[in-house]
Amino acid sequence: MGTSYTPPTNPDWWREPIERTEMVWIVLSFTWCVFMFGWMIGWHWIGNQNMSNETYKTTPEAFSQKVADMQAKYTVRKDEATGEDVVAPPPGSDVYLAGMMWQWRPILEFQKGKTYRLHMSSLDVGHGFSLQPENINFQVYPGYEQVLNLTPNKTGIFSIACGEYCGGGDTMGHHTMLGRIYVKE
Amino acid sequence: MSTTTMSEYRVDPVSGLKINRTANTLVKWNAFAAVVFLLVGGLFGLGVALTRMPSVQLLSPEIFYMALTAHGLVNLAVWIIFFEMAVLYFLGAHVLGNRLATPRWAWTQFWLMLVGAAMVAVAVLGGNSSVMMTSYVPLTAEPHFYLGLILFAVGALIGCFVFLGTLVIAKREKTYSGSLPLVVFGGVTATIIAVFTIVSGALILIPTFLWSVGLIEHIDPMMYRVVWWGFGHSSQQINVVTHISIWYLISSLVFGAKPMSEKVSRGAFLLYILFLQLGSAHHLLSDPGLTSAWKIFNTSYMIYLAVLASMIHGLTVPGSIEVAQRKKGLDTGLFTWLRKAPWGNPIFSGMFLSLVGFGFIGGITGVVMSVEQINMIIHNTMYLPGHFHGTLVVGTTMAFMAVTYWLIPVVFQRKIALAGMAKWQPYVFSLGAWVFSIALMGAGTMGVQRRHADITFAGQPLAYQYPEIAKGLMDIGEIFGVIMSVGAVMFIVIVLASIFTGERIAEDSAPWPKVEDADVTFEKTGKKHIGIWGMEAPGTFVLAMILFATIILYYFINFKYLSTVWGMS
Ligand code: HEM
Ligand SMILES: [Cu+2]
Ligand SMILES: [Cu+2]
Repeated sequence: MGTSYTPPTNPDWWREPIERTEMVWIVLSFTWCVFMFGWMIGWHWIGNQNMSNETYKTTPEAFSQKVADMQAKYTVRKDEATGEDVVAPPPGSDVYLAGMMWQWRPILEFQKGKTYRLHMSSLDVGHGFSLQPENINFQVYPGYEQVLNLTPNKTGIFSIACGEYCGGGDTMGHHTMLGRIYVKE
Repeated sequence: MSTTTMSEYRVDPVSGLKINRTANTLVKWNAFAAVVFLLVGGLFGLGVALTRMPSVQLLSPEIFYMALTAHGLVNLAVWIIFFEMAVLYFLGAHVLGNRLATPRWAWTQFWLMLVGAAMVAVAVLGGNSSVMMTSYVPLTAEPHFYLGLILFAVGALIGCFVFLGTLVIAKREKTYSGSLPLVVFGGVTATIIAVFTIVSGALILIPTFLWSVGLIEHIDPMMYRVVWWGFGHSSQQINVVTHISIWYLISSLVFGAKPMSEKVSRGAFLLYILFLQLGSAHHLLSDPGLTSAWKIFNTSYMIYLAVLASMIHGLTVPGSIEVAQRKKGLDTGLFTWLRKAPWGNPIFSGMFLSLVGFGFIGGITGVVMSVEQINMIIHNTMYLPGHFHGTLVVGTTMAFMAVTYWLIPVVFQRKIALAGMAKWQPYVFSLGAWVFSIALMGAGTMGVQRRHADITFAGQPLAYQYPEIAKGLMDIGEIFGVIMSVGAVMFIVIVLASIFTGERIAEDSAPWPKVEDADVTFEKTGKKHIGIWGMEAPGTFVLAMILFATIILYYFINFKYLSTVWGMS
């Protein structure tokens, strides 16, 4: 007797035994839940792709200074498409990438298999670092400098699109925001 | 002291519900406003979809960003929350045979929400508030954008308290005996979460409003996101709880089913109350400044206990239908109960499509994308709109539509007009919504970003070209988006035609044919047991195991893919 829209017919409903279908399912589901929880922790040891926990407070001024210093030191050539500096910092060094309305700068060059300490921050509103075609995505904010240890495992031309809506209009905007990373052998 | 007189109530001869006329009027107005806003939001959605179709690109970027802001807000907030107000009043008053506490405050809820929505609409359509529904600072909207949202939220909060007050009256005036019915318990769960949600919303929107008029100097963008998602995430869980309650309600209305176990279903609702809020962390997984330990604990809702709750409801709802069908004589084989279900009845078909679609599309992808590491290869791509149309549209919106078909005769006392069209509507809408969601997720996996007015990066020297397959998936997805819009328009036409021109149902005549309680039928058969393998719902168990296998497979496919991208630590 009973429905879901009338009070339980058995006033002692919390003492009713649980039917087998439900019991088996609850046990299976809970086991899977515990497994997923453990796996997410375990991937920090067994996996090579993890978030970095290293973040500092910064300001747009301080961060653009770091970008400029790096650019002055490690520019290797002009980019064919835009004529801008291509910056190739040595492996293991600190690399600075700034998001701003509406571009990611500077253009970078990495070596395959080497690790770089990529610092990301924004000079104005929130942006999203979105590396294509790898499809790696992070939030980037003004005032926060996140450091990611990045190891390219393929060569080629990689684009950085913007993954967080950052305004704009018909000619320029969120959908035209781009940057580039070259990876060579 | 009760001033109730008989004429304040009428009795629905089929369900036996004692319906308070004032409460009924409020249910009507909130539901009506909801449906009108669904039309508005749906049309913006159509414009957005036709722009994201690489072969059409209908709107210019500026209009696109405005339309997307409007679409997100109108559908996510206005349609859904007006409908939820109608559901809460229905649960507190109609289901409990009760009057509504302070109808005057209930009207305040209605008008505040309407005025708030209008203010936001003026701000957005003015063109200077294209900040998306998330309005992340330091993007700036006009002050009345934030103020409108605040008024809307205050209205909803008042509605929550009217519902809670209504429960107090029911208890005091003994309009029911024993424990609250399960669906009302679900309503209480939704309300508790709603209060938390709205308080978070106030905590972030009020300072942002003050900032927009220059009274506050600075709002930290990261802090904004943390608090905003306390609001944005929890509000999604209100939707989940509400549509699950509707699933339970429809199972009883259509099949005479009762919950398999009150204890299990209520326990699962309780898990939501306890652990849901933690889930707001899954929106912050790719953010700087938060530690992995914090992210893992929270994104998993503390060892996935709220996920467990959803998995439980996902089994117990169809399970209760199976048990009822078997008790009514369809006790052969694994799936006879399902094959012989009333697939031509949009109340049932809509509810069942919502249940299956929500589990397989919204549910599985939600669990996988909220893994701390997997999120990096999914975050803010087209996968996101794919996923949440799989929850909000495939699940919540479809369930709300299904229950509306039942409510129109009961609340509006009108027969469903265009019944032939109503029979097809859940299929058209779900076909559109399912394929749309899946295709968008495919495009997102290949990197296509959400909220982009132009997928081609036209005219940019550093332009990036997405793989052709990704563009093809966007075309296919958005074509099905158009089908989904057609399904939504069909729904709105049916509702408006029914409430304005549908055949009137006289006060004492039946809005629906009587459905016999499955237990009553079962007693008459004299049988003792149903089911096979010692399980009362073996068919449901098999369906659940298919879901289980799919999720495990999909989980590891994503990890396999993750393991091939650049190393990160
Ligand atoms: C009726 C047909 C609908 C169509 C054709 C449609 C289509 C779309 C499309 C194409 C997007 C844009 C994705 C992007 O570029 O980022 C979108 C976003 C969205 N849709 Fe829908 N949608 C529909 C219904 C709904 C419904 C019923 C809801 C909620 C209940 C909803 C909630 C949203 C939300 C919250 C967003 C995100 C807005 C943002 O990014 O700020 N949609 N929709
Ligand atoms: Cu940007
Ligand atoms: Cu952007």
